[in-house]
Amino acid sequence: MNPLVAGLNRVGARQLDTERIKKDFPILNTKIRGKSLVYLDNAATTQKPIQVVNALSSYYLESNANVHRAIHDLGARATELYEGARERVAGFIGASKPSEIVFTRNATEAVNLVAYAWGRRNVGPGDEIITTPMEHHSNLVPWQQLAGATGARLRFIDLTPDGRLDMESFYRLLNERTRLVAVSQGSNVLGTINPVAEICRAAREAEAVVLVDGAQSVPHMPVNVASLGCDFLAISGHKMLGPTGIGVLYGRADLLEAMDPFLFGGDMISYVHLETAGWNEIPYKFEAGTPNIAGAIGLAAAIDYLEGLGMEQIESHERQLVKLAMHRLGELGYVEMHGPAGDRAGLISFNIKGIHPHDVATVLNEEGVAIRAGHHCAQPLMEWLNVPATNRASFYIYNDEEDVDRMVQAITRVKEFFRHVIV
Amino acid sequence: MSLSELYQEVMMDHYAHPRNCGTLENPDASWELHNPTCGDLIKVEVALEPGDKQSERVVKDIRFSGQGCSISQASASMMTQLVKGKRLSEAREVLERFLSMMKGEDGDFESLGDAQALQGVTRYPVRVKCATLAWHAFEKCTGRLAEGDE
Ligand SMILES: Cc1ncc(COP(=O)(O)O)c(C=O)c1O
Repeated sequence: MNPLVAGLNRVGARQLDTERIKKDFPILNTKIRGKSLVYLDNAATTQKPIQVVNALSSYYLESNANVHRAIHDLGARATELYEGARERVAGFIGASKPSEIVFTRNATEAVNLVAYAWGRRNVGPGDEIITTPMEHHSNLVPWQQLAGATGARLRFIDLTPDGRLDMESFYRLLNERTRLVAVSQGSNVLGTINPVAEICRAAREAEAVVLVDGAQSVPHMPVNVASLGCDFLAISGHKMLGPTGIGVLYGRADLLEAMDPFLFGGDMISYVHLETAGWNEIPYKFEAGTPNIAGAIGLAAAIDYLEGLGMEQIESHERQLVKLAMHRLGELGYVEMHGPAGDRAGLISFNIKGIHPHDVATVLNEEGVAIRAGHHCAQPLMEWLNVPATNRASFYIYNDEEDVDRMVQAITRVKEFFRHVIV
Repeated sequence: MSLSELYQEVMMDHYAHPRNCGTLENPDASWELHNPTCGDLIKVEVALEPGDKQSERVVKDIRFSGQGCSISQASASMMTQLVKGKRLSEAREVLERFLSMMKGEDGDFESLGDAQALQGVTRYPVRVKCATLAWHAFEKCTGRLAEGDE
């Protein structure tokens, strides 16, 4: 964090009132194996506040109709809500107009849309795509496929020993053959926040396009596409209090204009003859078929909720929690943590020597603590870390210091339980 | 169901001191399986006594290697211990009995010996895959070998 922001957070920022926030998430009262739930798997998906659930139910109970094609009032109301959600998203990430917002199912689909609709047209033999070894499979496999189909070459930015991008390696890789840089803003395993604005500036000079995977950043910190200078941004609604099945692709209007559709059918056309068809304007040409109307409306409600708290407050809240968690885990002496020590996002991956993450997560579950154990859809990164899998605790707005305590306590139980096998 | 029922002493013992862990020089069959949810990997290698009919040949030696959680490693160890010295046809029966137990079916699982300790895993559905990984790898090996009878 730059010192100015850190300073502001210390003096200016409101603390999140987690006690009040928890009340909006009835699921947090669930008992798991007799214990109250501590939910620390937010990087996988977050819980939904009643405000979002209510937005979904009142849409279905009061405004449900198909969008864009109806003459009747209900259809107009549904369209207004759906397009209102698009405007809400555009405002939230600083897009210059709503037509730059394409609704998708999730971040994965957003990346694939670019890989097909932009990639197949703009990438050819000998071209290069720069990405990183810390990407989620969803921001890696589509580029492998694109490279395979077009004869392009994937290049990978080196990582520093503590899991940050080695920017010198990036500058060495960037050249006139680079067509695309695909990079996550926040790593879902390492917690690294990548210097995306710097990457965008350099890429622009090299006339390369940048796709930012915002799945782990947009929910947790202020993100503005104009100040980042990115060309594409992929987002998943379910990781930011929204429903599953709704995601967003932000794309610069001129790029979207020049792209062919990815899926074909209803709503994405301007006219259809028996043998030919013409495409609707952006963003509709990328939204074939009846979209996830309720999902978009739910996402808008989620954004309302997040902005009500303040993205800067959310960021600083999570950073305090992760700092505390790292401190407490460090004190135990047998927990190996991955990723940068200092400035990082609100999640922590770790291993306990001699105990497989599955076993750790099972014991924690017994204590009501939900963490993730596995490869986190980042197998190349597991190879880099030289572990088969890791544990991951990821925090969000409703987590507090007591949750960190409960996790740490549960980890001491793991140690106790496996004392005979620990090497 | 408590954790100590899941992580029974027999299981922890197999985890800490796995039997038949390693590799074979000249296996008659081998199979590698991934657990896609965690990236774990288990390889099972089987060597048979000579014989005419495959299904009547005896498992002379069996080894497992790879990495995984306590349940998958212990289960692999138990599996090798159970099938070693058995005819392939008998080993297949053991395998089916074990998979039936892991599906939560009723039955007499006495003959599974140490592996009975894994019955508790059925209460943790996400871990059943860990417990069956090595067994499925062995199943693939026997499938390979049975092709010789056709
Ligand atoms: C960094 C990152 N990118 C992309 C995704 C994919 O999100 P989704 O599965 O919602 O498409 C995830 C989800 O875990 C992620 O963490």
